Amino acid sequence: MAKKVALLQGNQACAAGAIYAGAKFFAGYPITPSTEVAEELSNELPKVGGSFIQMEDEIAAMAAVIGGSLTGAKSITATSGPGVSLKQELIGYACIAEVPCVIINVMRGGPSTGMPTGPGQSDVMQAMWGTHGDHAAIALVPSTVQEIFTETVRAFNLAEKYRMPVQVLFDEIVGHMRERIEFPEPGELEVIDRAAPTVGPAEYKPYDATKGQVPPLAAFGSGYKFHVTGLNKAADGFPTTKAEYVDAEERRQINKVKDNADDIVKFEEYLTEDAEVVIWAYGSTARSARYAVNELRKEGVKVGLFRPLTIWPFPEKRTFELAKQCKAIVVAEMNLGQMVLEVERVAKGNCVVVHEGRVDGEPINPGQIAAKVKEVL
Amino acid sequence: MSYDYEKSIRPGKLPHIWCPGCGHGIVMKGLIRAMDTCGLDRTNTAIVSGIGCASRLPGYLDACTLHTAHGRAAAFATGVKMAKPSMNVIVCGGDGDGTAIGGNHFIHACRRNIDMTYVVMNNFIYGMTGGQFSPCTPTGAKASTTPYGNPDPVFDISKLAIGAGATFVARTTAAHPREIDKLITMGIKHKGMAIIEVLDDCPTTYGRRNKFRSVVDMMKHLKANAVPAVAAAKMTAEQLQGKFLTGVLFQEERPEYTAQYAEVIKRAQGA
Ligand SMILES: Cc1ncc(C[n+]2csc(CCOP(=O)(O)OP(=O)(O)O)c2C)c(N)n1
Ligand code: SF4
Repeated sequence: MAKKVALLQGNQACAAGAIYAGAKFFAGYPITPSTEVAEELSNELPKVGGSFIQMEDEIAAMAAVIGGSLTGAKSITATSGPGVSLKQELIGYACIAEVPCVIINVMRGGPSTGMPTGPGQSDVMQAMWGTHGDHAAIALVPSTVQEIFTETVRAFNLAEKYRMPVQVLFDEIVGHMRERIEFPEPGELEVIDRAAPTVGPAEYKPYDATKGQVPPLAAFGSGYKFHVTGLNKAADGFPTTKAEYVDAEERRQINKVKDNADDIVKFEEYLTEDAEVVIWAYGSTARSARYAVNELRKEGVKVGLFRPLTIWPFPEKRTFELAKQCKAIVVAEMNLGQMVLEVERVAKGNCVVVHEGRVDGEPINPGQIAAKVKEVL
Repeated sequence: MSYDYEKSIRPGKLPHIWCPGCGHGIVMKGLIRAMDTCGLDRTNTAIVSGIGCASRLPGYLDACTLHTAHGRAAAFATGVKMAKPSMNVIVCGGDGDGTAIGGNHFIHACRRNIDMTYVVMNNFIYGMTGGQFSPCTPTGAKASTTPYGNPDPVFDISKLAIGAGATFVARTTAAHPREIDKLITMGIKHKGMAIIEVLDDCPTTYGRRNKFRSVVDMMKHLKANAVPAVAAAKMTAEQLQGKFLTGVLFQEERPEYTAQYAEVIKRAQGA
């Protein structure tokens, strides 16, 4: 049977991916360039018996999403940089309380209101560090409309599997671009639901590390009574200041991502086998980069592309190997130098690392990237 | 005969963190009695709070309890109720939590008329952080950040709730423990947003600075100045100076939010 195809906008594909993944609750606050995600889900969620609510601000939206998820509903919010800034405190809450949820950030330019209708990739560090305290983060960066669909599904899977917030970041260009998309059949993509408790209500402890690095989360209203707090807590979920609990819990929450990096990190490579220069790019910039690789190869330049789909946890292993293999890595991104800091850290001086950035609201074009590659050759 | 609170309290969670004489414990007992009167199934009841001394309340109760971030209780609770409308949702917290940092969530939860019962413990101060003034600290009063007297005007929480659209609004005080559970019971039974404002006391950070010699003094003050709303109707503005009205202050029937959303689902599914 022929697959169902459609010409879809990135933001619509995101909503479709959420429905495919089994999302049942959305709470949000309108902001360009993410609004279509909310509009689409306001239409689709009630059809599948889910619910949609437009909250009074992004903080409220994040709060509602955490509350909704605690009842067992797969929950999602969508916003842009300013909205993520407002959500930061509660993103940390979802981390420490270990509540699965998906946060879509359709990136625009600038700090503050910046350039609402222009693209940007300047929230990639915020996705990791944008909440106080030590914590782990998972962030995905699709670069096509089809990938927005599949990565949104993957975001729900990772959120449910690792019991934590997962961010999907794409720039305004991919968010608003219309492309052909093939809808996966039901069952074609893996859909993961959070692990159910293995013990009855009387013995259940929501943070019991003896049940695994990611202890099962019961749902409110399913017969389990338990306590959820943003305070440091012991296995039973109740606040504690005892050093041994606090330390062990914080480390477990970070290690559950660190130890499973191979499962979470995803990337794609193009002509990197013999590359002397590797372009390191993601999102819409990776599309320009691929074009640049093709043009440069015609001129005989040994250049390839490394395109992460996961930026947090950072694809350290492969980036390090590439750094050892090539002369230079060109990090192209629509900001003034963010992921390049990680690439530099991981390359450990094994190759030259340079940055090609842009923040004028225009996409980085292939010529700009190619010129930078020639500079470092 | 003494009331059996034990079965509602989580084993091993007492003693509580509250200071001797703090009014929050009186409110907790009232809430327990009200939940018993309504026969709430605790496995299907979410008790949601923010941050503050008052917001520590849910941790002691045997139910689905959610201690959130400062000011955000109503928004978390909205998510719980929207995603699972069959749950009973109770929110509790302090005056600072609910009307300063959480003021926006408070008014919008009232406006939506979403079915929950929000118990605001108004002790006129930020207790947990040591007694800084809140939007409810009386003008002229002393707080740790108003050493020369509080220049700020005061929020009337109940009026705020009525203005914002809550469909059941009532007020009482910690000096009227029987009325606490009576009003919370009415709030729980009411279909829509119920705000129960309980004026209570913080002897540690408010009483001490404001010339209340003891907790008894503070209770006497609450008792002396509480005027049942029905009685107030016959009093002059002069007589009502410095008094606060108690009892049911407002009640109306208006479509409840999750019921409205159930209609949205029906329309979306073409029913
Ligand atoms: C974002 C944030 N800001 C400030 C605080 C500090 N804080 C904790 S409790 C509190 C005030 C609590 O006062 P209230 O809600 O009136 O409750 P009470 O302690 O008096 O019962 C403040 C300001 C915080 N925890 N989080
Ligand atoms: S500081 Fe005040 S509000 Fe907090 S527990 Fe003590 S008396 Fe109660």
